[in-house]
Amino acid sequence: MKTKHTISVVLYPIIFLLLFLAVWQIADWIWKIPRILLPSPWEIITVSIKRIDDLLSATLITAQAALVGFSLALVMGTALGLLFSISKIVRRSVYPYMIFLQTVPIVAIAPLIIIWFGGGMASIVVIVTVISLFPIVTNVTTGLRSVDTGLLDLMTLYRASPHQILFKVRLPNAIPYLVTGAKISSGLTIVGAVIGEYMAGHGIDEQGLGYYIFMSSENFQTEVLFASIFLSSLLGVVMVTTVALISHTLLARWTFQLER
Amino acid sequence: MTHTPAIAIDNLNMQYGGATILDSVSCTIPAGQWVSIVGPSGCGKSTLLRCVAGLTNPTTGMVQLEGKQPAFVFQDPTLLPWRSAAGNIQLPLELEQPSKESWSDRVLQVAQLVGLADADIDKYPRELSGGMRMRVSIARALVMNPNALLLDEPFAALDEILRQQLNQELLHIWQTQQMTVLFVTHNVAEAVYLSQRVIVLNANGTVGGDVAIDLPADRDPAIRNTPLFLEKTAAVSRILQEGL
Repeated sequence: MKTKHTISVVLYPIIFLLLFLAVWQIADWIWKIPRILLPSPWEIITVSIKRIDDLLSATLITAQAALVGFSLALVMGTALGLLFSISKIVRRSVYPYMIFLQTVPIVAIAPLIIIWFGGGMASIVVIVTVISLFPIVTNVTTGLRSVDTGLLDLMTLYRASPHQILFKVRLPNAIPYLVTGAKISSGLTIVGAVIGEYMAGHGIDEQGLGYYIFMSSENFQTEVLFASIFLSSLLGVVMVTTVALISHTLLARWTFQLER
Repeated sequence: MTHTPAIAIDNLNMQYGGATILDSVSCTIPAGQWVSIVGPSGCGKSTLLRCVAGLTNPTTGMVQLEGKQPAFVFQDPTLLPWRSAAGNIQLPLELEQPSKESWSDRVLQVAQLVGLADADIDKYPRELSGGMRMRVSIARALVMNPNALLLDEPFAALDEILRQQLNQELLHIWQTQQMTVLFVTHNVAEAVYLSQRVIVLNANGTVGGDVAIDLPADRDPAIRNTPLFLEKTAAVSRILQEGL
């Protein structure tokens, strides 16, 4: 029964993809669609193989920017969440602006970041950090504050210090929330890296997928554009899946309410 | 057993949002005695227990405790899900003596006292049944070797068979550890079976009655069918009805 389910989950999307590519290729043969508008799957594959070294190198550079920005967002988001949970004054003063910042589109903020940090990797990393920071801050703040009152009563009974309450109850309680925030952010990191490279990835030695998307659209190299889009999406899937796998392992202890 | 008051509650009043929760509650609990508090829902039983534990400050009145801070068992086991049973049991010891590295002997001792098997103490709360989780919670309360134990309807969520089994085990622990116990319950029969005294709280937060339960000290489940047990249960129930 389970095998049948697995086959349907894996096999059906693969069959659909193959059919889709076949229809696309046949349509290209029949109507001779100009390459500049819509290259055929075969043309995309051929060009990708020719430029495999460039594309893989760009993928690694984008992944690197995404990982550095994501790591910074994790550290800064946890620190800010901690600060918001400790100080009501800071939370009430700053938190509304965090929400405001989140509503501003990243492409609107990106030029400012480029002015402040210059073109290149620094700006790209800052853009990734900004786009992935908010889900981590909100989740960590919630996790640190939404502790079961019974557990806090327990700590009061044993006259626990604020330091002991933080390290023995609040921080462990916030881990599942941090992981949820990280899962949401992990998908956003690739979006941030590609936008950053698209806008600030020029004139540097190491160019990522965002730069390739920009250049291929400027030069009407639609095959490279398709390949870059595919690799960006694949990178996003890898990022989200990796964080989900780490979180699954990490949260094995925290599933108290889920299993019974 | 001595008769020095372990817990003295003096004219306790508690008001919250304009409503009176506790009204002039006074009583003394001698050291080593098991006293149960019964009353209708919302009469302030748990609030009274929280005032005794120092978790809630009364509006007026005073609670005096003899000796160490009493241990508290909540209605829910309130376990840390990211810690094993042993980790939960040793939490109070960690909080009191952060520099010490191992408490395994004391943890094993109380785990055995409450009927936790060696294999269970390394399990996480999600791997334990409701009854086992409550045993961990009781073990955690006992690990500091308290003089007094405050129990806030700890068996309310358990089935009747498990409830009676844990009643028996708790009685055994009380007899061996010589503790003072203040036990809040909805169940009149349970209160009479376990206690030496039953204090009845009225719906308006006043004390409706204080019934001495002069049953034999060695409580056997068969005692539930004796005329004296039924008489005491009826007496407590009558006071409860009058106080509604």
